[in-house]
Amino acid sequence: MPAVSKGDGMRGLAVFISDIRNCKSKEAEIKRINKELANIRSKFKGDKALDGYSKKKYVCKLLFIFLLGHDIDFGHMEAVNLLSSNKYTEKQIGYLFISVLVNSNSELIRLINNAIKNDLASRNPTFMCLALHCIANVGSREMGEAFAADIPRILVAGDSMDSVKQSAALCLLRLYKASPDLVPMGEWTARVVHLLNDQHMGVVTAAVSLITCLCKKNPDDFKTCISLAVSRLSRIVSSASTDLQDYTYYFVPAPWLSVKLLRLLQCYPPPEDAAVKGRLVECLETVLNKAQEPPKSKKVQHSNAKNAILFETISLIIHYDSEPNLLVRACNQLGQFLQHRETNLRYLALESMCTLASSEFSHEAVKTHIDTVINALKTERDVSVRQRAADLLYAMCDRSNAKQIVSEMLRYLETADYAIREEIVLKVAILAEKYAVDYSWYVDTILNLIRIAGDYVSEEVWYRVLQIVTNRDDVQGYAAKTVFEALQAPACHENMVKVGGYILGEFGNLIAGDPRSSPPVQFSLLHSKFHLCSVATRALLLSTYIKFINLFPETKATIQGVLRAGSQLRNADVELQQRAVEYLTLSSVASTDVLATVLEEMPPFPERESSILAKLKRKKGPGAGSALDDGRRDASSNDINGGVEPTPSTVSTPSPSADLLGLRAAPPPAAPPAPASAGNLLVDVFDGPAAQPSLGATPEEAFLSELEPPAPESPMALLADPAPAADPGPEDIGPPIPEADELLNKFVCKNNGVLFENQLLQIGVKSEFRQNLGRMYLFYGNKTSVQFQNFSPTVVHPGDLQTQLAVQTKRVAAQVDGGAQVQQVLNIECLRDFLTPPLLSVRFRYGGAPQSLTLKLPVTINKFFQPTEMAAQDFFQRWKQLSLPQQEAQKIFKANHPMDAEVTKAKLLGFGSALLDNVDPNPENFVGAGIIQTKALQVGCLLRLEPNAQAQMYRLTLRTSKEPVSRHLCELLAQQF
Amino acid sequence: MIKFFLMVNKQGQTRLSKYYEHVDINKRTLLETEVIKSCLSRSNEQCSFIEYKDFKLIYRQYAALFIVVGVNDTENEMAIYEFIHNFVEVLDEYFSRVSELDVSFSTTVLHSTRHRVKPEAEPIDELPKTCSAGEPQEACCLTDDSFRGSVSTPIC
Repeated sequence: MPAVSKGDGMRGLAVFISDIRNCKSKEAEIKRINKELANIRSKFKGDKALDGYSKKKYVCKLLFIFLLGHDIDFGHMEAVNLLSSNKYTEKQIGYLFISVLVNSNSELIRLINNAIKNDLASRNPTFMCLALHCIANVGSREMGEAFAADIPRILVAGDSMDSVKQSAALCLLRLYKASPDLVPMGEWTARVVHLLNDQHMGVVTAAVSLITCLCKKNPDDFKTCISLAVSRLSRIVSSASTDLQDYTYYFVPAPWLSVKLLRLLQCYPPPEDAAVKGRLVECLETVLNKAQEPPKSKKVQHSNAKNAILFETISLIIHYDSEPNLLVRACNQLGQFLQHRETNLRYLALESMCTLASSEFSHEAVKTHIDTVINALKTERDVSVRQRAADLLYAMCDRSNAKQIVSEMLRYLETADYAIREEIVLKVAILAEKYAVDYSWYVDTILNLIRIAGDYVSEEVWYRVLQIVTNRDDVQGYAAKTVFEALQAPACHENMVKVGGYILGEFGNLIAGDPRSSPPVQFSLLHSKFHLCSVATRALLLSTYIKFINLFPETKATIQGVLRAGSQLRNADVELQQRAVEYLTLSSVASTDVLATVLEEMPPFPERESSILAKLKRKKGPGAGSALDDGRRDASSNDINGGVEPTPSTVSTPSPSADLLGLRAAPPPAAPPAPASAGNLLVDVFDGPAAQPSLGATPEEAFLSELEPPAPESPMALLADPAPAADPGPEDIGPPIPEADELLNKFVCKNNGVLFENQLLQIGVKSEFRQNLGRMYLFYGNKTSVQFQNFSPTVVHPGDLQTQLAVQTKRVAAQVDGGAQVQQVLNIECLRDFLTPPLLSVRFRYGGAPQSLTLKLPVTINKFFQPTEMAAQDFFQRWKQLSLPQQEAQKIFKANHPMDAEVTKAKLLGFGSALLDNVDPNPENFVGAGIIQTKALQVGCLLRLEPNAQAQMYRLTLRTSKEPVSRHLCELLAQQF
Repeated sequence: MIKFFLMVNKQGQTRLSKYYEHVDINKRTLLETEVIKSCLSRSNEQCSFIEYKDFKLIYRQYAALFIVVGVNDTENEMAIYEFIHNFVEVLDEYFSRVSELDVSFSTTVLHSTRHRVKPEAEPIDELPKTCSAGEPQEACCLTDDSFRGSVSTPIC
């Protein structure tokens, strides 16, 4: 090892640097730098040719000046000259300068590339390494283009030195990550995989990194690496602690390489070959055994390195999830770590165990550690470790231990860090709901949750408890009693008031028999909290009051008094004021019967996936998914514990709060449902059931909307004028649903099929096109048993499509009976070429709720294609005629479907062009021709599709006489393969 | 996968930084400040892994110098933790008792060391000589800031 040679003889540089260091002020520094720059410039410009040493020195100075934050605009050429020096130090400085100050000056890049090329070909390993490092450091696309082909050659060449191979592998990896398309593996694959057998451990390590990255893209091409990796791993694992010399780290043979090999194996399923699998299992067992052996060294580095391998082994075992024996052993090993004195190990053990808990083989084994984990939650000093413990408790929870875990988490919540409280609250709420055996326990738990950490109880949580109480009549009385008691606490959280207000308003009558909770007592208890609450809560309480008038006529006078009070009737908040006015009028005008109908008990909410779960998933990101998706373990409990019913995904929900609540079973109305922002929350709570077909289900909303002048198309009009939604103007249709483009794509190459389907409605399409005319039949099927009303599908031409495409529609019947189908005929004429398809907007009322849906009509320009047969000669002649750059559109893209020639042929024919055989010299390629017929003009069109099966890529070229048409057709067609 | 590699002292001055994914220069400063802040606030009893945004920080402290590695969630924490130590051992051997001053004065050595150590505990017998042994402290921070988007040899 060389000693650090101070200054390397470059005294001038050292002097310059110390001058700068001694500068008293910024100005002095700049002055000194300018002086030096002038000096260097004159030297570079001078007549006397500089020797390598001086060049190096000046380039170094420039580099230093640049590092101080000044711009350097010369000296590049001298640096490039240094690249061709034969002295290592000079070359190195040259490369350093290039790596730091590279710019895409084309002149220079060419010279640099030349120098690099020379060094790569030099057979001097040090120079080759320098060049490779430079390519990797710059890593630009230009560099990639220039060298991507050379590097694999160097990597697999038999005569490359080990250090060069190593650098080449890493350099290739870097280029691949920067621009994957530039690195065509194909022919090199097998030889790169064989680097795993290399003598030199450094080469193997670099190769593993490269393969791990490459195999993610083409797992099948690299499949052979499994057996090589296994045998390499087995050799390392079984080697004695000194066998690998330099690669032994504190008596652990090649720890990082082992970890990388284990990680590579995690890219694949368990090996199919029994011998390989046996060998691998043996390896894994050896690692687990070694963990039990007494350490070979007392040094912490030894055990750290050993544990790194152990943890990676365990994650491979978990990844395979097929060896019960190993899974249980892994679990026991982690169990030991849970009580280790090293915090790092406890943290990692908890983390790994969390994934282990979701395996059916080891779930029981994980559960045995529950006491240790609970203890960790209580005593651990590090918050991140506690959080892992909470995660693990959540993952290991099932029906047998839910009560214990939930109560421990509740207890922990009192002292938990603020940062993780909300997450814990969500987890408790989910566990309580999922594993509730009796719902009184569930209600107790959630109310406790609100009591302990009310601030962190998000809307989803208390919405959910209301949903469950509303849906389960066996728990309603208990819930009413419990919230009543909870509200008696002198200070209670606003969320408690919300839950209490809602539950008493709905089910207060169930406890009214008890004199301690008589109606007036209930009312005064709620009203005592009223003034302390936010607007949203007060609005909710007002609704509770009007429900009280219905439930308990004896409270009517008191409540009317409250509503009449100036503080309500003239409240500054418009929502509160409106509610007070409306409720007051309702209570005095309406008869008891009307009141009873309007304020009837809420109907059950449709069962849906818990919105809390969705929130937790969002909060934790996709990583948490595995721990949560333990539906398989829990399949039996779906019926009681609220739902894993799939959510309807076809409809977009514009209002985020409605989505959180997760109540909507049907698409939302086109008009925004909530008129006032403060009322949002309530509207959402009440909104849900409106989607149910039962009329009269939504007293609040209906009532409100009747009195609300500002909502013209009031969403849930029970009493409202039934006329308005009849024929909406084309302006106010919604945007197309998100899947519209995808649905449209399916019809580019075919004319018949199902265009759209959701839970309510199915739309089928049959169409035929001739010349520039077409006829399309749309079939609308009602999938429910309830009649659709005001059914009106309309076709809309966005933008100036009107002048390009004429679509005539026939009206259809306004009613569609349950289970029935109606047909609509569309006559289409293509006037001139067009790019965007027309929109189909479907509106109807389902159970009183307006539904609207906008799709793209499957009419694309290629439908008006007339196939044209021609001979090869004609084709080429026309092809040449259309040679202007704007007439051609080309796309190179990856195959999304298996590359089958027959399927491709069928798609091209479906697309509308004629297929011409014997035109292209390469029989693999497809060539087609056709004319697009429009009323105004005809557009001739030639296409060529070149599949490359090896790279799984296509190149599509289109030439037409009109530029936008070329581009549009190219885009349409490219999505089909 | 490693996202970045930082050496920061207790005062929050970055001595070495290397990014393996493109990060804007001004975002780097912000990131480095936040990273060192979260490391400084931890005690010995806490574990060496911090969940930070969408990645994990793994850090070790050597006297007043923190070495922090940012990784994504597929990385083996223990391996990286020990890798940091291995790196420091290599520096120690090269400088014979490495100190913060060595780090700040010899950026080039560090960079090449880092390249070479990454793949495996490799002997560094042919380390290139330092280009400018006298580079002052500021230079170091600047060195890395000025590697505008260019990234060195990848490692994992």
